[in-house]
Amino acid sequence: MATLTIVQAVNDGLKSVMRDDPTVLVLGEDVGPKGGVFLATEGLTDEFGVARCFDTPLSEDGIIGTAVGMAMNGLKPVAEIQFQDFIYPAFDQIVSEAAKLRYRSGGQYTAPMVIRTPYGGGIRGGLYHSQSGEAYFCHTPGLKVVVPSTPHDAKGLLIASILDPDPVLFLEPKALYRSVKGEVPEGSYEVELSTLREVRAGDDVTIFCYGAMVPVVVKAAEQAAEKGIDCHVVDLRTLLPLDEQGVLDAARRTGRVVVVHEAPRFCGYGAEISALIAEHAIEYMEAPVKRVTGFDTPFPNTLEHHYLPDERRVLDAIEQVHSF
Amino acid sequence: MTDVQRVLAADGSVVGTVPDLSDERLRELLVHMLRVRCIDERMLKLQRSGRVGFVGSTLGLEGAMIGSAAALRSQDWMWSGLREGGAAVMRGLPLDEYVAQMYCNSNDTAKGRQMCNHFQHKGSHYPSWSSVIGTQLAHGVGAALAASRRGLDEVHAIYCGDGASSSNGFHSGLNFAGVWRAPCVFVLVDNGWAISVSSKAQTAADSYADKGIAYGVRGIEVDGNDVLASLAATEEAVERARAGDGPSLVVLSTYRMLGHSSSDDPTRYRDPAEVDAWAQRDPIDRYEAFLIERGVLAPGGREELAARTLAELDEVIAEQEAADPMSTRTLVEDVYADVPDHLRRQYNEFARIQEAHGEARPGEGAFPL
Repeated sequence: MATLTIVQAVNDGLKSVMRDDPTVLVLGEDVGPKGGVFLATEGLTDEFGVARCFDTPLSEDGIIGTAVGMAMNGLKPVAEIQFQDFIYPAFDQIVSEAAKLRYRSGGQYTAPMVIRTPYGGGIRGGLYHSQSGEAYFCHTPGLKVVVPSTPHDAKGLLIASILDPDPVLFLEPKALYRSVKGEVPEGSYEVELSTLREVRAGDDVTIFCYGAMVPVVVKAAEQAAEKGIDCHVVDLRTLLPLDEQGVLDAARRTGRVVVVHEAPRFCGYGAEISALIAEHAIEYMEAPVKRVTGFDTPFPNTLEHHYLPDERRVLDAIEQVHSF
Repeated sequence: MTDVQRVLAADGSVVGTVPDLSDERLRELLVHMLRVRCIDERMLKLQRSGRVGFVGSTLGLEGAMIGSAAALRSQDWMWSGLREGGAAVMRGLPLDEYVAQMYCNSNDTAKGRQMCNHFQHKGSHYPSWSSVIGTQLAHGVGAALAASRRGLDEVHAIYCGDGASSSNGFHSGLNFAGVWRAPCVFVLVDNGWAISVSSKAQTAADSYADKGIAYGVRGIEVDGNDVLASLAATEEAVERARAGDGPSLVVLSTYRMLGHSSSDDPTRYRDPAEVDAWAQRDPIDRYEAFLIERGVLAPGGREELAARTLAELDEVIAEQEAADPMSTRTLVEDVYADVPDHLRRQYNEFARIQEAHGEARPGEGAFPL
C-alpha cells in the first residue's frame, strides 16, 4: 500500500477509474498538460490522451453545462472547477440542470457526473480562494455533496462518486492537500457514499466535522482527553444525502454535541445538524448543541487564522457543552 | 451582414433554388406544419376553458420549426426551448404523449413534474429542457462532443430564441462549440419578441448571424417563414457538422403572432400594424400557394388535411382527459436513482396524514425503511 497525500490520492483515484472505464473523462481549466493548479490531474493527458483529459475555455458555466450534455450522452465527465470560489457562474447549471434533470424528466434523462473542486481556507487566498460554499449546494435536492478528509477516503469516495448514477459535488479540502498523508490501497475501491466515519471513539462529547476541520477537531479532542473529557469525533464525509440516523445515534451516545465547520454559521451546515438533533433526539441531550464556525462575514485574508475554527475555539466549545 | 436566404417569396412564388424533394415529401412538410397549427389552436382553446394550464403558442413559427427540424436525420438530437414541441411530434413524439404532457397526467413521461409545454421524447432524441433560458446550448455542445468521442454519427441541433442570444449559455455554448468544432448546429429562431422585449432591443449587432463570427462559427440568415429555405439552410449546416466541418449558427427570422404564452397580452407592448404586416407573410399560406402552383396540392386540400388532423387530435385529447393524476409517491422519486432514507421519512409522514384524511390511493402508502 502506498503512502499518499490527499492530492496524490485524488490523482490516483482518477487514474484508477479511467483505466477501468473508458467513458470517464476529465475536463476543466488547466487540467491538461499542466495537470491542474494543484496537480490533481497531473499525468492524465499523458496517459489517457487529450481526448480524455483536456483544457477548456475559461468558463465555469461552459464547463459544467457541457459536462451535463456529455453525461446525457453516455460519458462520465469529471469536471474540475479550479477553486470552489469560482463555481458560482456554474451555479445555474448545477442547481437548475444537473440536479433536477432526473426528477424533471421522470427518470428519462440523468446527469451522472462529478464536479471536483478545492474548497476552504488556510492558504492565504483571501475572499476568492478560500470559501466553503457547501451550504448552497446542500440545499439542492438531486445533488450529492461529498467532502473527504483523508487520502484513503479521497480516493475511495471519488471513485464511488464517479460510479454513482447521480451528480456529485466533490469538495476537496485544499488546506489538507499536502499536509495529510496516509495509506492508500492500489487499484479501484469505493468508500460508500452517505456513510459516516468514526474518527475517534468517546463517551463524553460528540463532535461532528468534515474536510479540513477534521484534523483540527482531532487535536482539540486530544487536548480535551488530557483534561479528562473523552470525545467522540465523527467525520460526516457525505453532507448530502446525510446519514441522518448515524448522526442521531452518535448524538444520543453522549447527549452533548459540538458541530465544527469553516463556513459562516447562519444557515450553515451546523444548523441542519442542530435542527436534526432538536427534532429527533432532544430527550437525550444534556446540553445545547454548540456550533464552532467561521464568522458570518466574507472570508478574510490576513486574519484567516482567526476566522477559521482552531483547536482553542473547538476545545472551548467542548468544555462548554461538557460542563453545562 | 449576410444575405437572407429565401426560396419562396411571401406570395409563394419561387425566388431561389427549390430543394430536391419528392412531391410526397413536399406535401408532408405541409401536413406537419398544419398539425403544429391545429395543435396550437386546440391547446389554446383548452387553456381558455381551464383544462390545461399554459400554452407557448407557435402560430407563425411553423415554417421555421418544421423546415429546420426536417433537415435532421433520425439519429440526430434536438435540444429545444419552448416552441419546438410540434417538431418533436414530426420526429416521433407520439401525439398522446404530447397531450399527456399538456395535462401533466399519469401518462406524461415526465410524471407531471414539468409545467405544460415542456416536452421530451427519448426515442427521437428530444431531451428534457428547463425553463431557464439558454442552459440547453452548452448541453447540446457537450452531447455533440460526446457523440464524436464515442464515434457516433450524430449531429446535435440546438434551438434557442432571440432572447437567449443574450444569455451566458449562448456565449459559452457557441464558444465551446467553436473551439471544439463540435458536430452541432445552433438554430436561433428570431421570432421578434422575447416576451415584451423586441429582438431589436436584444442586441446592437446588425444581424444575429454576425454573432457567430466572434466564435469562429459560420452564421447564416434565413427567412424563417419560408419552410423550404429553413430546411435547405439547416440541412447544409447539419451535413457540414456531420462531415466534421464544424458548427454553424442558422438564424431563422420569423414572427411570434400571439403572446409569449397564454398568460401574456401582446397588445400591451407592440403595434398591431406590425402583426398585420407579418400576417401577410404567413408560412403556411405561402407554402400552400407554392404547392398548389406546383400541382402537389389540390385547392381545398389544406382544409381537408386540417380537418383530419383536428379529428385525430380530439380523439387523443378525450383519452388523455380521462387519465389519472400521478401517484403522490412521485413527490420523492427520481430525485436520486434510489429514494434515500430522509426522503422516505419525509414522504411517510405525509402519507400518514393523507391516510388519516382518507385521501391515500392504492400504491401511495409508506416506503419501507
